[in-house]
Amino acid sequence: MALNEEVEMLGNVSLFAGLQPSQLKLLAFTSQRLTFTEGDMLFHQNDSGDAAYVVLCGDAEVIVEIDGSDVVVATLGKNAIIGEIAILCDVPRTASVRAATRLETLCIEKEQLLKLLQEFPSMAIDLMKVLAERLAATTADLSAARSELNKLSN
Amino acid sequence: MLERNILKFTWMYSRPAQIFILFIVLLSMPTYFMSLDLPKQIVNGPILGQGFETAGAEQTFMKLSWTISGEEWVLFSGLQLERLNMLFALSGTFLTLIIINGLFKFYINTYKGRLGERMLRRIRYSLIDRLLRFPVRAFRRIKSSEMASMVKDEVEPIGGFMGDAFVSPLMLGGQAITAMTFIMVQNVYLGLIALFMIGVQFIIIPRMRRHLIRLGKERQITARKLAGRVGEIVDGITHVHVNDTSHYERADISSRLARIFYIRYELFQRKFFTKFLNNLLAQITPFLFYVVGGYFALQGKIDVGQLVAVIAAYKDLPAPIKELIDWDQRRLDVEVKYAQVVEQFDIEDILDEKLQALPDEVVPPLAFPIEVNNLTVTDDTGTTLLSRARLTITAGTSLALVGQSNSGADVLADTIVRLYLPDSGSVSFGGADLMDIGESVIGRRVGYAAGDIFLPQGSLRDSLLYALKHQPVEERTYEGPDALSRQRFLNEAEITANSKLDIDADWLLIDNNPEASGEGMVIHKRLVEVLCAAGLEDDVFNLGLRGKVDPDTNPHFADKILAARHALRSHIDEEKMSELVELFDPEQFAVQATIGENLLFGTPVGDEFAAQNLAQNEYFRSVLRDAGLEDMLLAKGVELAETTIGLFQDLPPDHEFFNQITFMDAERLPEYAGLLKRAKQAGETALTLDERYMLIELTFSYVEPRHRMGLVDEELQDRVLDGRNRFKSGLPETLAGSISFYDPETYNVAASVQDNLLMGRVAHGIARAPQRVFEVMSATLKEMQLRDEILDLGLEFDIGSAGKRLSSVQRQKLGLARALIKQPDLLVLNRPLSALDGRQQAAILSDVMKYVARQSNKPAIVWVVSDAALASDFDEICVMAGGKILETGKRETLLKSGGAYSKVLAE
Repeated sequence: MALNEEVEMLGNVSLFAGLQPSQLKLLAFTSQRLTFTEGDMLFHQNDSGDAAYVVLCGDAEVIVEIDGSDVVVATLGKNAIIGEIAILCDVPRTASVRAATRLETLCIEKEQLLKLLQEFPSMAIDLMKVLAERLAATTADLSAARSELNKLSN
Repeated sequence: MLERNILKFTWMYSRPAQIFILFIVLLSMPTYFMSLDLPKQIVNGPILGQGFETAGAEQTFMKLSWTISGEEWVLFSGLQLERLNMLFALSGTFLTLIIINGLFKFYINTYKGRLGERMLRRIRYSLIDRLLRFPVRAFRRIKSSEMASMVKDEVEPIGGFMGDAFVSPLMLGGQAITAMTFIMVQNVYLGLIALFMIGVQFIIIPRMRRHLIRLGKERQITARKLAGRVGEIVDGITHVHVNDTSHYERADISSRLARIFYIRYELFQRKFFTKFLNNLLAQITPFLFYVVGGYFALQGKIDVGQLVAVIAAYKDLPAPIKELIDWDQRRLDVEVKYAQVVEQFDIEDILDEKLQALPDEVVPPLAFPIEVNNLTVTDDTGTTLLSRARLTITAGTSLALVGQSNSGADVLADTIVRLYLPDSGSVSFGGADLMDIGESVIGRRVGYAAGDIFLPQGSLRDSLLYALKHQPVEERTYEGPDALSRQRFLNEAEITANSKLDIDADWLLIDNNPEASGEGMVIHKRLVEVLCAAGLEDDVFNLGLRGKVDPDTNPHFADKILAARHALRSHIDEEKMSELVELFDPEQFAVQATIGENLLFGTPVGDEFAAQNLAQNEYFRSVLRDAGLEDMLLAKGVELAETTIGLFQDLPPDHEFFNQITFMDAERLPEYAGLLKRAKQAGETALTLDERYMLIELTFSYVEPRHRMGLVDEELQDRVLDGRNRFKSGLPETLAGSISFYDPETYNVAASVQDNLLMGRVAHGIARAPQRVFEVMSATLKEMQLRDEILDLGLEFDIGSAGKRLSSVQRQKLGLARALIKQPDLLVLNRPLSALDGRQQAAILSDVMKYVARQSNKPAIVWVVSDAALASDFDEICVMAGGKILETGKRETLLKSGGAYSKVLAE
C-alpha cells in the first residue's frame, strides 16, 4: 500500500479528518507501517507508552486484566486510533491490545504525534473533540452501569 | 638500589668491553701518528728534493729496523727508490694509512654503538623491572605517560653516551696528545702556543656550559611534564568535552610550550655563543702559526716542510679537543639526566626481588585459614582506612563484606591480595605472613576482580587468558635460522641482564598444573564456562555473529555457516516466517533492500562502491547507462525529490521532521528544489551529468516498503535486475576486489557471520520481525552445534584501547570472568559488578556461586557488596562501616541478634 492510499485512509480517521491533505501526507510519511499477525500483542497493560496506532485494516482487541484473567473489553476496527492516552498524559498503558486478525497499522511515535499537535492546532482541537466524545460515552456507560448496579443491589 | 653515578654504572656493567675497545684504540694510534708524519716526508723528500740532490739519487723506502742497546735489528732492509717512485710510494703509503685509520674508526664506532645500545637496553629493562616491583601505593602519584617518556626518551642519550664514556676521552685525548707531541717535536714555540690556546679553551668553555646543564635539566623536566599532561588529556577526554574545558587545556599546553620554547631558545643562544667562542679560539691558533711560524721560516729557524706539517697536524688538533670538550659536556648532561631518572625509580619499600621470583615447582595451594589480625591500614596522608580488623577465613567458605565505599571493606579485600600494605597488624595464610608470600602464590592461587578493571588492547580471548600467563609452560623449540635468532636473543639477554623467557612460548598455565596446560579444547571449555558464569556469554555470541570470517583460513567454518544458512531457510519455511524475511535470490528483485543494494547485489569492500561514492563511480555509471537505468532512475529521483519537497514545504527549515528523511541530506533540500525548478523550465537535458546523478543518487537508498512512495514498479525491477547482471558480468578485473557478491550458495567474505546466515533482509514494517528472526537464527545455530564456534569468533573481537569498545558492564563482567578462569583457592571480588543494577548483580552472583560450587577445589570467597540483600547466600557475613568491622557471623545469628546487619538490611 503506498503513501497516497494511507493518506486517504488517515483522512477517514475522525481524529485527522480536519487536516489538509499535505498535513496528512506528512503524518503518513513520518509514521511507520507496522503489520501484526493474529495474536501478536501491540502492547501490554502497564508498559510505558511510546507510540499510538491507527488501524488501517483488521481488528484489535482491548484486553484488561481483571482478577488475574484477561477480559476483552472492546474490539476496534478500521480507522480506530489506539493507545493515544498513554502518549498524551504520560501514564502507563491502561489496557493491553492484541491483534484479533491480521492487523495493518500506522504506528505514530510519541514525539511525532506531539510535534504534529504543536504544529497544527486544529488537530489538537479535533483530538480534544474525540477524547471528549469518548469521555461522554464513558460517562453515560458509567451512569447506566451504576443504575444497573443499584437495581441489582436493591 | 640503582647506581647513581653514570660512569661507575657503565664501568660496572661493561668493564671487559670497555677495556677491549681501549686496547683497539691504542692499537690504532701508531698508524694515526704515521699518517701525521707522512705529509712532511712527502713535501720535504720527493717534492722539495731533500736527499735527491743528485740525478738518479735513490733513497731507502720502508726500512724496518730497531736499535736495541746499540745493536741494530733489521726486519726489512727496504727498497731503493728514485725521486718520482719515492713520491708515488710515499703517497701510496699515505693512502693506505688513511684507509687503515678509517677502518679502525669504523670498527671502533660500531663497537661503541653496540656497547651503548646494550647499556641502554639494560637501563630500560632495569627501570621497567623496578616499575614492576613498585608498591601499588606509589602509583597514586605517578603519571603513566611521564614514566613512558622517561623509559623511552630520557634515557636514550644516556645509552649513546655510555658507548663513549671511556673510549672517547682516551681516543680523543690520545689523538690530541699525539698531535700535540708532533707539533712539539717540530717546534717547541709553536707547540707552546697551541698548548696555551687549548688551556684557554678548557678553562673558559666548561664555565660557560654550566648554564647549559641547568637549562638542560629544566628542559627534561618540562618535556616530561608535557608528556604527562598529554596523557591526562587523552585519558580524561570525556571530561574535557562535558565540562567545555578544551580552552583551559589549550591554554595550559600553550603556557607549557611557551616555557619549553624559552628554555630551548636560551639553550640555543648559549650553545651557539659557546660554539662561536670555541671556534674563535681555535682559529686564533693558526693565525698565530702563520704569523709566528712564517716569521721563523723567513728567519730560517724552521723549514717550510716543518711549518706545513705543523699546520696540517694542528688542523687535526682542534677536532679532538673540541670533541673532548663536547664529551665532557655530554658527560655532565647525561649525568644530570641519569640522576633525574634514577631518582624517580629509586623509591623506598620497593618489592623484594625474591617475592617475584619464578617458582621452581608447581605452586602449592593457598594455605588456610587466612587470619586477619589487628589489621590497620592508612593512606599516604595518614588517614586511617581500616582500623584493627580481625577476621578468619577458612577454606571453602564464602564471606560477604557488606559496606559502603568508605566502610573499609574495599581496603580489607585489597589488603588480602597485598594491594594495600598493613601499617600494623598482619594478614597470614596458614601461619605464613602476607609479606613473605611470593607473588606467584597470590597471583596464581587467588582470583581477584574489582570494579575498575584495566584492559590492554587485544582480543577478548587475550584479555581473559591474561590471568593465566604466569610463566612459560612449554618451551618452544626452534629449528634452522629461527634457532640461530633465538640463540642470539639469549646471548644478548644474558649480556644485558634482560629476561630470557620466550614471549612466543606457550604461557597458559591451567589449574596450576603444567601437565593439563597448553591451548586447546580444555581452554575453550573453561572459557565458555566462565563466560556463562559471568553473564558474558550472550554478549560474546552477539559479537561473534557480527564478526567476519575468512573462508580461506577457515574453510570448515564457512562450510558450516553455509549449511546453517540452508537449515535456517527451511526453518523459515516451516515456521511460516517467509513473510518476515526476504532471502536474496540473484534472479529476483529484493523488495526489502535498497535499489542501490539491488544493483550491486553484494557487499562493498573498501571505498570504491561504498554508498557515499556509488553515484560518482565511473563504472557504476556506465552500467546504469547501458541498462537504460539512467533516465528511468532520474525520473524516479525527480519524483522522490518532488514528493519530499512537497511534504516539507510548510515546515520551518529547522523542523525535527527533516531528520526523518533518510535518503536525502535535509540541508540540501533547497539545492534539490533549485535543480527541479531548472529541470521543469528547461527540460532535464539542461542539467549537467553530475546534477542528474544528484537526483539519481536519491533512489539508491530507497526501499519501497519503508518509504512507500510507489516508485518501484515491475519495469524498474526488470531493469534493475538487468543492471545487476551487467554490473557483475562486466566488472573490470581492477575492481573485482572491491565487491563481494551475494550468492545463496557461497560464503560472502566481506559480510558478517549474521548476514551470511541470513543472506537476505528482515522485512520492514512487521512487528517484532527482527527479534523473531534472531530467535530462529540462534536456535538454528544451536541445533547445528555452531554456538561454540560463534563464541570462538566472538572471543577474537578486538576490545579496543583500554577495552573501550566494550561497555562498562561488559568490561566488569570480563574482569569477573578473568578472576574465575584461574580456578583459584580464594576469590577476592571487590565490588566487581558495580556498573550493574542490583537485580543483574544478584543474578550473576548466584551464577558465580553455582559455578564455584561445581569446582573440584571449592574456593573460599571474599565478596565486597554494597547492598546487604546480596549477602544472603554467603556462609558468613561481615558488616563494616567507617573502617571498622561492626559484626561478623552467620546470617541467621546476625538476624537473631538484630545488630548492624539487620539495620543495614532494613535500610
